[in-house]
Amino acid sequence: MREFTRNNKTRAMIDKRMDVDEAVKKYVKNGDYIAMGGFGHIRIPMVTIYEIVRQRIKNLSVAGHTAVQDIDMLMAGGCVSNVDIAYVVGFELRGLSGVQRRLFESGQVKKTDYTNGAMSYRVRAGAQGIPFIPVKVMLGTDTMRHSPGKVVKCPFTGEKVLLLPALNPDICIVHVHRADMYGNCQIDGHIVKDDLQVRASKRVIVSCEELVDTEVFRADPGKTIIPFFMVDAVIEQPWGSHPGNMPYKYYFDHEFTENYLTVGRNKDTSVMDKWLDEWVYSLDNFNDYITKLGAAHLYKLRDDEFLRPPKRGK
Amino acid sequence: MTGREYTLRELMTVIAAKQLEDNKAVAVGTGLPLAAAMLAQKTLAPNLLIVFEAGGVAPQLQTLPISVGDSRTIHRALMCTTLIDIMDMMRRGYIDYAFLGGAQIDKYGNLNSTMIGNDYEKPKVRFPGSGGANDFGSLAWETMIIMDRHGPRRFVENVDYITTPGFLTGPNAREEAGLSPGTGPSRVITDLCLFDFHPETKIMRLIATHPGITVDDVKKATGFEIEVADKIEVSTPPTLEDLRILHEVIDPDGRIFPTK
Repeated sequence: MREFTRNNKTRAMIDKRMDVDEAVKKYVKNGDYIAMGGFGHIRIPMVTIYEIVRQRIKNLSVAGHTAVQDIDMLMAGGCVSNVDIAYVVGFELRGLSGVQRRLFESGQVKKTDYTNGAMSYRVRAGAQGIPFIPVKVMLGTDTMRHSPGKVVKCPFTGEKVLLLPALNPDICIVHVHRADMYGNCQIDGHIVKDDLQVRASKRVIVSCEELVDTEVFRADPGKTIIPFFMVDAVIEQPWGSHPGNMPYKYYFDHEFTENYLTVGRNKDTSVMDKWLDEWVYSLDNFNDYITKLGAAHLYKLRDDEFLRPPKRGK
Repeated sequence: MTGREYTLRELMTVIAAKQLEDNKAVAVGTGLPLAAAMLAQKTLAPNLLIVFEAGGVAPQLQTLPISVGDSRTIHRALMCTTLIDIMDMMRRGYIDYAFLGGAQIDKYGNLNSTMIGNDYEKPKVRFPGSGGANDFGSLAWETMIIMDRHGPRRFVENVDYITTPGFLTGPNAREEAGLSPGTGPSRVITDLCLFDFHPETKIMRLIATHPGITVDDVKKATGFEIEVADKIEVSTPPTLEDLRILHEVIDPDGRIFPTK
């Protein structure tokens, strides 16, 4: 990792803006281990996820760390062969995903179970550059027995701890509120695990709601969650987390997601193939996708976010 | 009596809310636990410190979040942080209660939210897995559990998979596994009754039944031998005000408390 960083991660402040198709072509490879920022259906990098599906990337291993809509789309698109699970299959209050149940229950997609905390500890170790980390979760349970974790006694105190392997993803994709052209990033609201995941990963693609001037970062450097030199590509894409919730910007698109879940639960998988055709493969890019959704529809999500009754659109 | 009918889900939520003391800290999972924590904050425990694994700290919750990480979970919050920071707070002993649900539970309060079946590679039904549940059940002081549809398929002698630790195999098993002393499940709230855990045997112990439910009903619905307290209370039904808050304030869209 250190050698990779020295040789491949520029410390020069250079313009890293690119279109999402170029970023995915350049940095996401078949068989990569991928980690996504946000919380499964909150502040997720959907713009990049749709593009990975569109480019039909295969055999990804995925950090299923709080994974919901993000992993579901990758799995629906047939991009995934292996998952480190902390949370999958569920859409929280909305119930279970038909797509993920099919793929996990048939054994088509391989898996190892961890916990949300465990996956965060693993990327903390990855970010720190150490090979493993002692933790105090998973102990005594099947979640531990089905993991590669090893119980050992602390050499200093004799206390039992579980050792988990560090995680260094090949590629990390995150969606943030604002970035500059060099890759400096600010996030409003909770950070979830994005800070550590970016620091642990080899390559990082950032998408942002808004591209801003570097002065924004210089004026309040304490708010920079990701510094430019960790980032390989910057994509400006408003609504880039749709149908997820982008805190302080737009709330979930309930209608879209409930419909998507219904499609995924249909035993006839050609129904999902049709959906993918309509919403991903037949569209050239994410701009076509938001145009298809329509302005009135999107503005309603903004009203929902701020708990105000809709007044615009229709 | 309340003068109004109530559902068992509503009753469970109200009982769950009453277990949370004011000025204590709770980490909550999706669904009923979240509704219970919200109700507590709006009634008996206005200073309840709520934390969410996604990083929301000390919100004043207004409407029911769909996710433990959505915008609603940071409504008027005091801090937004990271998942690992929440787990570290819990490990350091700041969090009194973890509030969880699951698909199956055994007599020691071990929870399964991972799978049904006995082949890990090809489960009959695959559920979400731990999420933060194992972390919460390992690290918080007390684990409170809400289980609806109380029946022998959910209250089982052996769960198909231990996702989250209860008392594992009984007295001292948590400590032997490396978990901290003084932690473990403290309450199980179901649609029939309320359990705590026997201080010596660590087996689920009946302490209250809901109106109209007998001890025998509970035994029949439970797939293992329970402990029974000397004195069994009868649960107090929700008040009109509890029901008003649940329907009008917490869940106006009827996502978890459908209005007929």
